Amino acid sequence: MIYFDNAATSWPKPEGVIEAMAAFSREVGANPGRAGHRMSVEAGRIVNDARDAVAELLHVNDPLRVVLGSNATEALNLAIFGLLGSGDHVVTSGMEHNSVMRPLRQLEAIGVELTVVECAADGSMDPYDVDAAIRQETRLVVLNHASNVVGTLLPVSDVGAICRENDALLLVDAAQTAGTHPVHMDDDNIDLIAFTGHKGMMGPQGTGGLVIGERVNIADLRPLKHGGTGSRSELEVQPDFLPDRYESGTMNTIGLAGLIAGIEYVLQKGVEAIREHESSLLARFIDGARTIPGATLYGPMDTARQTATTSLNIDGLSQSEAGLMLDEEHNIMSRVGLHCSPSAHRTLGTFPDGTVRFGFGLFNTAEEIDISLEALENMAEGARTSGGGR
Amino acid sequence: MTEFCVALFYSNSHALRAEKLAKKAGFKVKVIPTPRHLSSDCGFALRCDEDDVPAIQGIMDGDSVEYDRIEKVG
Ligand SMILES: Cc1ncc(COP(=O)(O)O)c(C=O)c1O
Repeated sequence: MIYFDNAATSWPKPEGVIEAMAAFSREVGANPGRAGHRMSVEAGRIVNDARDAVAELLHVNDPLRVVLGSNATEALNLAIFGLLGSGDHVVTSGMEHNSVMRPLRQLEAIGVELTVVECAADGSMDPYDVDAAIRQETRLVVLNHASNVVGTLLPVSDVGAICRENDALLLVDAAQTAGTHPVHMDDDNIDLIAFTGHKGMMGPQGTGGLVIGERVNIADLRPLKHGGTGSRSELEVQPDFLPDRYESGTMNTIGLAGLIAGIEYVLQKGVEAIREHESSLLARFIDGARTIPGATLYGPMDTARQTATTSLNIDGLSQSEAGLMLDEEHNIMSRVGLHCSPSAHRTLGTFPDGTVRFGFGLFNTAEEIDISLEALENMAEGARTSGGGR
Repeated sequence: MTEFCVALFYSNSHALRAEKLAKKAGFKVKVIPTPRHLSSDCGFALRCDEDDVPAIQGIMDGDSVEYDRIEKVG
């Protein structure tokens, strides 16, 4: 079986991830930080070690600014709903995932002003368009670090500099980049990073979080959830300090045990080396797919300007037909449709049908790329000769 | 005989961060349940030798670890 759906979730996971989760179940298993006994302290250490690991990967100076939670969606909701209120203006791109677009559209209904900066047909963005969109009332700019549909990298660092000049905050959705492309809190001028543990960070599903930079006044960032934190239990109001203010409820400690092992694996391999491997797979795929008659590729098709995720369509085959043929006849796992990103597909000109997406990962090989190219070639030829129309 | 002190924190995360930093610097410290008579808090406290208090305080201040106070325990 060939797994090319790493943009949705990376698979397989490093063996150490599975071992760490099994060890937690067998040997630790207690509630982190709800009691002072040894097992609870050990569970608490896992939570804090996860903070340290995330901080190292994303180049965050202070691990206590890493708030842990369920996934990128939760982190984006926390940042967006926590910061914005009626009368505020927010800017985003035309390449966002629905985990950004839906909260923003929801806020529009209560009087938040939204500007969606258009991107080029390959998904790229000119940072000056963000500069032009910023107003006096702009509180926040939200950017997808890399597109989950075609991999296009957005100019995060330039936009961050513009935000700093204009007293706005930059929230980056690093779901597609953390672990596979360098993410640097300070160098990239980022104020908030939403991350998810189950993609490039190689951890299990149900782990993620929000990094909260020093330009964010936490009094201005309302928690999404209120409840028990194992701290200041004498108080009936939510704690006002990091990270507890945003970490109510028992953590996914078993997941975090796995996430630590996943991040350690990534750090040991090196993000640059991972990126190089994935880029070489992408280059091989693009070189081959480009020459297939009837195949249309989307996005930059340039390894320097994107992650190892790309999309295509085949003349005469619907996305669902293509996905099913890849799965059933060629044992290749792709993902077809709109990828939770109608806005990005509008930018790419592939709305409402979507695309067939290939997300290459750390464990894919050149041989698998060659097999998939042969499969695509056969499928395209079959569609041509049968004259099937969509 | 060495006298012990405990550092009291607002947050377990900060207590565990202090433990990690102090251990890394070579100090003998231990996370313990916060003694009832010192605080109504249900979280962790950090026990250390009295002699090491100034150095450990310095480490915590140098990082962004926030603590309530340090008390001597009998
Ligand atoms: C760009 C982007 N943002 C956000 C998400 C949401 O991640 P999660 O489903 O882990 O919350 C994803 C993945 O589905 C994504 O690709």
